[in-house]
Amino acid sequence: MLRFLVKRTLSAVLTLFAVSVLTFLMFFALPRDPVSGMCPRNCNPERLERVRQELGLSDPLVVQYGGYMRGVVAGRELGAAQGGHCDAPCLGWSYVNNEAVTDTLVRVLPVTLSIVVPAAVLWLLLGMGLGLVSALRRGTWVDRVAIGFSLTGASLQLYFVGAVLLLIFVYTLGWLPVPGYTSLLDDPVRWAGGLVLAWLSLALLCSANYARLFRAQLLETLGEDFVRTARAKGLPRSAVYGRHALRAAISPVITVAGLDVGAALGGTVITETTFGIHGLGRTAVDAVRAGDLPTIMATVLAAAVFVVLANMLVDLLYAAVDPRVRLG
Amino acid sequence: MTDGPADEAGPLLRVRGLTKHFPVRGGPVRAVDGLDFEVRAGETLGLVGESGCGKSTTGRLLVRLLEPTGGSIEFAGHDLTHAGRRHLRPLRGQLQIIFQDPYASLNPRHPVGRIIAMPLRVNRIDPPGGTRARVRELMERVGLNPEHHNRYPHEFSGGQRQRVGIARALATEPRLVVADEPVSALDVSIQAQVVNLLRRLHRDLGLALVLISHDLAVVRHLCQRVAVMYLGRIVEIGDRDDIYHRPQHPYTRALLAAVPHVGQFGPAGRLRLTGEAPTPLDPPSGCRFRTRCPRARERCAVEEPALVRRDGGGQATACHFPGPDPLPAEPVRAMA
Amino acid sequence: MSLSPAAGPVPAAIGSGGTAGPPRDRRGAGHSPGRLAWLRLRADRTALASGAALVLFLLVALAAPLIELTYGIGPRDQFQDRLDGFGLPLGRAGGVSGEHFFGLEPRLGRDIFIRLVYGLRTSLFVALAAAVLTSVIGVVLGTLAGYLGGWLDAVVTWITDLTLALPFLVVALVLPPMLTLRFYGQRDTVPAAFGVGVLIVIFAVFGWTGTARLIRGQVIALREREFVAAARASGAGPWHMLFRELLPNLRAPILVSFSLTVPQFVTGEAALSFIGVGLTEETPSFGRMIYQSLEYLQTDPAFVLFPGVVIFALVLAVNLFGDALRDALDPKSAG
Repeated sequence: MLRFLVKRTLSAVLTLFAVSVLTFLMFFALPRDPVSGMCPRNCNPERLERVRQELGLSDPLVVQYGGYMRGVVAGRELGAAQGGHCDAPCLGWSYVNNEAVTDTLVRVLPVTLSIVVPAAVLWLLLGMGLGLVSALRRGTWVDRVAIGFSLTGASLQLYFVGAVLLLIFVYTLGWLPVPGYTSLLDDPVRWAGGLVLAWLSLALLCSANYARLFRAQLLETLGEDFVRTARAKGLPRSAVYGRHALRAAISPVITVAGLDVGAALGGTVITETTFGIHGLGRTAVDAVRAGDLPTIMATVLAAAVFVVLANMLVDLLYAAVDPRVRLG
Repeated sequence: MTDGPADEAGPLLRVRGLTKHFPVRGGPVRAVDGLDFEVRAGETLGLVGESGCGKSTTGRLLVRLLEPTGGSIEFAGHDLTHAGRRHLRPLRGQLQIIFQDPYASLNPRHPVGRIIAMPLRVNRIDPPGGTRARVRELMERVGLNPEHHNRYPHEFSGGQRQRVGIARALATEPRLVVADEPVSALDVSIQAQVVNLLRRLHRDLGLALVLISHDLAVVRHLCQRVAVMYLGRIVEIGDRDDIYHRPQHPYTRALLAAVPHVGQFGPAGRLRLTGEAPTPLDPPSGCRFRTRCPRARERCAVEEPALVRRDGGGQATACHFPGPDPLPAEPVRAMA
Repeated sequence: MSLSPAAGPVPAAIGSGGTAGPPRDRRGAGHSPGRLAWLRLRADRTALASGAALVLFLLVALAAPLIELTYGIGPRDQFQDRLDGFGLPLGRAGGVSGEHFFGLEPRLGRDIFIRLVYGLRTSLFVALAAAVLTSVIGVVLGTLAGYLGGWLDAVVTWITDLTLALPFLVVALVLPPMLTLRFYGQRDTVPAAFGVGVLIVIFAVFGWTGTARLIRGQVIALREREFVAAARASGAGPWHMLFRELLPNLRAPILVSFSLTVPQFVTGEAALSFIGVGLTEETPSFGRMIYQSLEYLQTDPAFVLFPGVVIFALVLAVNLFGDALRDALDPKSAG
C-alpha cells in the first residue's frame, strides 16, 4: 500500500509539474508582450517598464519559471511596493488587484468550495437515488420517468436552468434572496440561502450522468454470477442488493465523481457567472479580461491541483477497497 | 500442391532447439524450451499435450507470429528463425495457420469472400482465372456454398466459420499448414466433419500438416506421426501406431489411459495423472514430469533425460525409465 | 460533467426505452454488421424522432441566408422604434409579433428569431467541425498508440492524463485573447472567422484525448483477436492491418465517440460565449444571448427563454439520437 501511495503521489506531482510548465509557457512565451495587456488603457510607459522589470520578463524563460516555482515552494522577495517578502506559497503579485495573488486565492477559494461541495453531495445522492430506483423498477413507468429525467438533465445548460430558477424563486415568488456569498461561519442560514440555487442547478444537471451510470452498473452487476449465487443461496433481496450489488456498482461512480468534483472546482466559472457569485471561476475570468498574468497562472494551477488531487483520492480509495489495484 | 514433394532433399520443416521464453515479473515463462522435430513434405504431425504445455506457442512460432528466443526454424531450405517481415514475405503463402476460435479468427466486418481472398490480396497474388474464381473454388473445396461469398461471418455457424478459416489458409496453396486446435471450439457433432475435411484436403492436396491438439482421438485420426509435449518439451515422438500402441513414456501412457477407446490398457494397468502440471515459470529440475510420474526415481530429479531413439526405429523417448511394463509402484509424493 | 468537454465522462449507453430486440433477418444474404445496426436504428422510434429533429436543425442552419431572405430581417438589423424608453421591447412576451416571431432583444432591438437561426448555424458549425477534427486526431493517435504500443502509447496516455488535469474552461478562456494578441496585435479588428477557428482548434486540442482513449482500448482488444494474427501470418503490412483489418471494426466506437463529442462541443461553445470569450459580439451565439439576457431576467424574461429552449432542444436531440445510435451499434448495452 505504501509503495502504491508513493508511486501515485509521484505521478501526481509530475502531472502538476507538467501543468505548471505548460501554463507558464502558454502565458509567458506566447504573446508578444505579456505586460501590454496587463495594464488598463491609460497606463504610462514608465509603469509598464517597471512591471516588466519586476516580473523579470527580460530573463530567460527557465529563470523566470525557476523564480516562480521557488516562490511557490519557499517564498520570495517582491518589490517594496508589493509588501516586501512574500511567504511560502507565493504566487506573485497582481498589479490589477494590487494584492498578493495568494491572498486573492485565500479569499475566493472558500466561495468555490461552498458552491461545489454541497452541490456534489446533493447530485450524488440525487443521481444514485434515481439510478437505484430505476434499476430496481426496471422497465416500469418509474424507470422511464427516471431515464427521461436524466436525459433531460444531461441536455440542459446550467446558465439556462439557473436563470429559470432565479426567475421563479427569486424574482417571481421571492422565496429566496438574490444569490451571493456569506461566510458559513458568519451566518449559516444566509450562507445556504445565497447558494441553494447554485447547488440545485448543479445537482439537477450533474445527477443525470450518475443516474445513467449507476443504473447501468447496477443492472450489469445484478446479472453477474456472484449476485445470482447470493440470491440462489436464499439471501433476502435487500441483503443481495445492499451488500453485494451496490458495493460492486459503486466503484465506477466513485471514479466519475472524483473527476467531476475536480472539474467542477476548476470550472465553476459558469455557475458563478450565472448567479453573480465571486469565486475562483469569476476571478479567473476577470483576470483574463484584465490580462492579469500572475492571477491567471494561479487560478489555472489551483484548478489543476483540484483535479489531480481528486484523481489521486479516487485511486487511493480504490486501492483501499480493491487490493488488486495495488499490484497493478 | 500437385507437384510431388519428393524432389526436395531433406524435410520441409526442420526445428532445432526451438525456445520461447516470455518475460514476466518473476522471471521468464519457459513456454517452449528446446524442441527438435522435422516435418517432411506431405506429412502430418500431431502435437499433443495438456493445455499450457506450449503447443500453441509452438504453432505460432512455426508461422513466425512469434519470434523464437532461441533455436532455429528452417522451412523449405530457408532459415525463418529471425527473418523480418520482408524476408518472410515470399514464404508466407507457403506456410499458413488455422486458428482455434472460429469466432475470433474471422474479421466480423468483412464478407467471407474477402476474408478468404485476404492472403492473396496481401501477397499480391493473382491466381489463374482471377481471385473471384479462386474464392469460389476454395469455398466449394471446403464444403461451403460459393453463393454465400458476400455473407458476413456472423451469418455462419461455428463449423462453417472454421471452414472459412481453412479456405483462407488454403488460398495461397501452402505446402505446410499449422492447425492450432482446429476443432476443439466446435460441437462434437461438427468436429468429425471438420476433421474429415482436413483429412481429405491433406490427401487431395498433398500438403503437410502440423496438427496441434489435446484430443488424442483427433490426432490419431489425422496424423502419421505424433509428438507428445509436456511443459515446453517433447517427451516422446514417433509414428502414430508406435505412440498409440507402444507408448514408452509414462506421460504418454497416462494421456492415453485417460482417453476411453484410445488407450489400450485395461483398468488394471491404468495410469492416472494427479494434480496439475507445474508452472513453466519454475519447471522441476531434471525430468519435468517427475513430480507427477509414478516411476520417478532420484536420478530423475538430477538428470534431465534426453530424447533418444529406441530400438533403432522412428520412436524417441525422453525418459530414464521408459517401457511399457506396468510400474513397480512407488508413491508419487516421494519426489515432490 | 457538462462544464468541461474534455473531462466529460463516457457513461455506459442506456436503452431509451424498454423496446424489444432488433429485427433479425437471418435469411437475407450479406447483412453486414453495419447494415444490421442501421435496421435496428430505423426501427427505433426515439431515433427516428430525434433524427428528424436533427435534420431539421441542420437544414435551418444550412438555409439560414435563405430564411433571412424570406423572413426579410437580418441578424444585425435593429428595430429601435419598437423599444420603449427603457430599451425594452414593446408588446407581449418580449415583443413577439407576426413580424418578429420570437420578439426583440432589449436595448439593441435586434430580431431574436433570425439571431437564433444564425446562432444555430454557428453552434452546429463549430461543434461539427470540432468533432470531426477531434475524431481524426483521436482515431489516428488512439489507433497508433494501441497498435504500436511502446513509447508512443506511453506519450499518448500521458498527454491524455495531462489534458484531464488542465481546467478546460480556464485555459479556453485564456487562449483566444492570447492568440488574437499574437496574430492581430492590440487594436486591429479581428475577423469573426478567426474566433471561430480558434474555438474549433481549442475544442479539438482538448477533445481528442477522450476519443483516443476509447479507440486505444478497442485496438488493444482487437489486436489480440485471431483475425489480426491471421492477417499477420499471411504477411500483411501495417497499412493493411490498420486500414483493412482494424479500421472497419472501429466504425462503431468512432461513431459513438463522435455522438458524444458533438453535444459536448455545442455546450462548450455556448458556455464559452456565455462567459464572454470565444466568439466576437457580432457572431450570433446562444451562449452570448443568454448571458446578455441575464441582465433583463426581471424585466424581459422572454429573452432568456427563447435561446435557452432552442439550445436545450438541440442538445436533447443530439443526446437522444446518440443514445439510440449506441444501442443500435451495440444491442447488448441496451437497458
